[in-house]
Order: sequence, then C-alpha cells, then structure tokens
Amino acid sequence: MKVSKEKIGLMVAGGVVGLSAIILTVFGNPKNMGFCIACFIRDMAGSVKMHSAGVVQYMRPEIIGIVLGSFLISLCKGEFKPRGGSSPFIRFILGFFVMIGALTFLGCPLRMVLRLAGGDLNALVGLFGFIAGIAVGCFFISRGFSLGRAYKENKIEGVALPVVNVVFLVALIAFPSLLAFSETGPGSMHAPLLLSLLIGVIVGALAQRTRICMAGGIRDIILLNDWTLVLGSVMIFVVALVGNLVTGSFKLGFTGQPVAQTNHVWNFLGMLLVGLASVLLGGCPLRQLIMAGEGNTDSAITVLGLFVGAAFAHNFKLVGNATENGPNVWGKSAVIIGIVIALLIAFFNSKIKEEK
Amino acid sequence: MFEVDCRGLSCPEPVINTKRALKSHAEGVIVLVDNRVPLENVTRFAHAMGYNATSVEKDGEWKITIKK
Repeated sequence: MKVSKEKIGLMVAGGVVGLSAIILTVFGNPKNMGFCIACFIRDMAGSVKMHSAGVVQYMRPEIIGIVLGSFLISLCKGEFKPRGGSSPFIRFILGFFVMIGALTFLGCPLRMVLRLAGGDLNALVGLFGFIAGIAVGCFFISRGFSLGRAYKENKIEGVALPVVNVVFLVALIAFPSLLAFSETGPGSMHAPLLLSLLIGVIVGALAQRTRICMAGGIRDIILLNDWTLVLGSVMIFVVALVGNLVTGSFKLGFTGQPVAQTNHVWNFLGMLLVGLASVLLGGCPLRQLIMAGEGNTDSAITVLGLFVGAAFAHNFKLVGNATENGPNVWGKSAVIIGIVIALLIAFFNSKIKEEK
Repeated sequence: MFEVDCRGLSCPEPVINTKRALKSHAEGVIVLVDNRVPLENVTRFAHAMGYNATSVEKDGEWKITIKK
C-alpha cells in the first residue's frame, strides 16, 4: 500500500506544480514560464551582475522559495542531512553544461513540460533529445557509472546555500538598488514578489516530500521499468494543459511560441545535453535545488555550476536566441563540447564491479 | 548474507547495485543505506522483484534485509 501512497503524493505534487505555474503566468511571469529553473537562475545571475544581458535580470523569489521550502520541510521531517564530497568539481562542470544545454533550448526540463502543455511543439523536439540523453546516461549507469560516495558534513556547510538564498531575499526586499532588474524582456515579467515566494516555498516542500524529478522519472522507466516517478511530470503536464486551455493560452505549433527558438537540431541536442548531464548528476535542476535545500552540498555546487554556466552563456552569447533561429557557431560549439565532456566523464567513471 | 554497502551513494546507484547483487545472490541480500530516498527506492524495487524487504534504522543508517 505504501507504493500507492507514493504515487498519490507524486500526482498531488505534480498537480500543484502545474497549477502554480499557470497562476504565476496569469500574475505576470513570462508565457509558459510559470517555472523555469534554468531561466530563473540565469535571471538571478544577471540580477547580481554576473552577466549584463539587460533583458534577463531579476532576483526570482520562486528559486529562493523552492530552496527554503525544501530546507524547512527537511528540517521538520528529520531529513536535513549535510553531506557532500562526491566529485564536487565534476558536478560543477556538469551543472555548467546543463545550463548551456538548457539555455540553447530555452528552458529546463520543467519548463519543457510546461511548454509542451502550452502547445509549443519545439518542446516535443526537446523532449526527444532529453529522452535520448537520459538513455545514454542510463547506459553508463548500468555499466557501473558512479561519482563516488558522499560523506557526512557539519551543519554549517549544509545550511550555507539556504543562507545565501536568505541573503538574496533580504537584498531583494530591503536593498533592491544593489541588484539589476530588467526593464524589458522576460526578466521584466514577473508575478508579485510575495506570491512567487509563497508558491516557491509550497512547491519546494512538496517536491522534497515526493522526490519529484523530470529526469529521474524517465530514467526509472528506462533503467528499472518503474513508472512511479514519471507520474509527477505527467500530472504537471495535464494540469498545466487544462490551465492553458481554460485561460486561453494554449497555442499549438512551432512558430511564434513565447521565449522559444525553432531550430530542431539544436533544440534536440541542447536537451540531449541536459538529459545526459542530469542523469549523471542524479537529478534535473529542480531536484538539485531540492537536494541542496536538504543539505546536500554536492547539489549546492551543482547549482553554483548552473549559475556560472548561465553567466558564461550570456557573457559569451552562447544561448539560443528567441528572436533568431537557434544558437550561433560558438553556442553550437559549446553544446557539442558539453556533450563530449559529459560522455568522457561518464566513460571514465564507469566500471562494472564484480559482486562475488 | 551478502552485504551491499550503498552508504553515501545517491539514487539510482543503490537500486542498481541491489539489482546487480540479487543477480548473483538470488536468495537475498542485505543493503546498507544512509538516506531515506534510497531506503524507499530499494524497498520499492525489492517488492517489485517479488522479494520481502524489512529495514532497521540505527544512527541515521538503515539495514535493509531483502529475501524471498
């Protein structure tokens, strides 16, 4: 009976995430971007002036809320366990390239699901790439891929990332003049601060309890024929689809989609990179935020990798431009290099252990 | 019983290691984990494979006994 409880939990959490995404969009977030962990971390990197792309700078309270929601609920439930030391720098690099891939496609796996629910067929191309990347990752996992064990760490190390998020929140509320804010573009579009924060906390707490993960759901199907975890993603899609139909935001097609580009090859390869690197990391960007909130400092390092990846992506103009047809030659090179590096990491960390 | 030490490993590795161990020790194995997520996942996997799984907690670590 425990299994069905798990499934119900995942479906409830998925439903709440889908509904929250629609609410956030209605209250001002960019279209099909109720949540996008990659885009939002990119906006935050811009807000603290790590890049100067004027259209994508905002201190997103959703991210702060998700981390703090996970932190608080894991503390209450005795699941806050500071740990780390499982190849942190490799995780930083993988996080970096997850961001490169996601910004080429223009969305993290969660936004991919939300874009699908909005009728954006480019996200279907992205989904195929995502599944392909996960399948490649699963190949290495079944051959013994591991980034090594994590070990217990002290409490201060574990609370560091949640504290950084509190600092960001204080800066946003009390000292906004320190930060950069977009006046036009996606960065200028956002729901009211408190609503975003509150929804972030709720989603963070639910995601912590249910372990919802976009990459993990597909991974478990390929690797174990286990269809439990994917239920969360399916419910996000269903509820967001209904929400989009009700609010009249559903628009089927490839062209004219909000914050999207239509280059199939690079949408596919971008999400392939995200899928591959996410599986090697043990979870999609949302899941990394949740685990970081639980005191997992390897995930905190991964989030830092996402942050720095976003800064590089914009400083070096590597990203898939929504107004142009996909990434430029440097962006394409970055995706290919990312895929090669992820494959090398996967290969050199795989070994079949004989159980005798 | 054969023991699989999955402490410090994050999912899906504990499940994969359990799966591999059960291949060579079909009668059952003991799995050590130190996190609730692998505890849930390994237990679910054992049930799906038609095994019984019972766990005992000690100092934030779990010893999962998997047998027919």
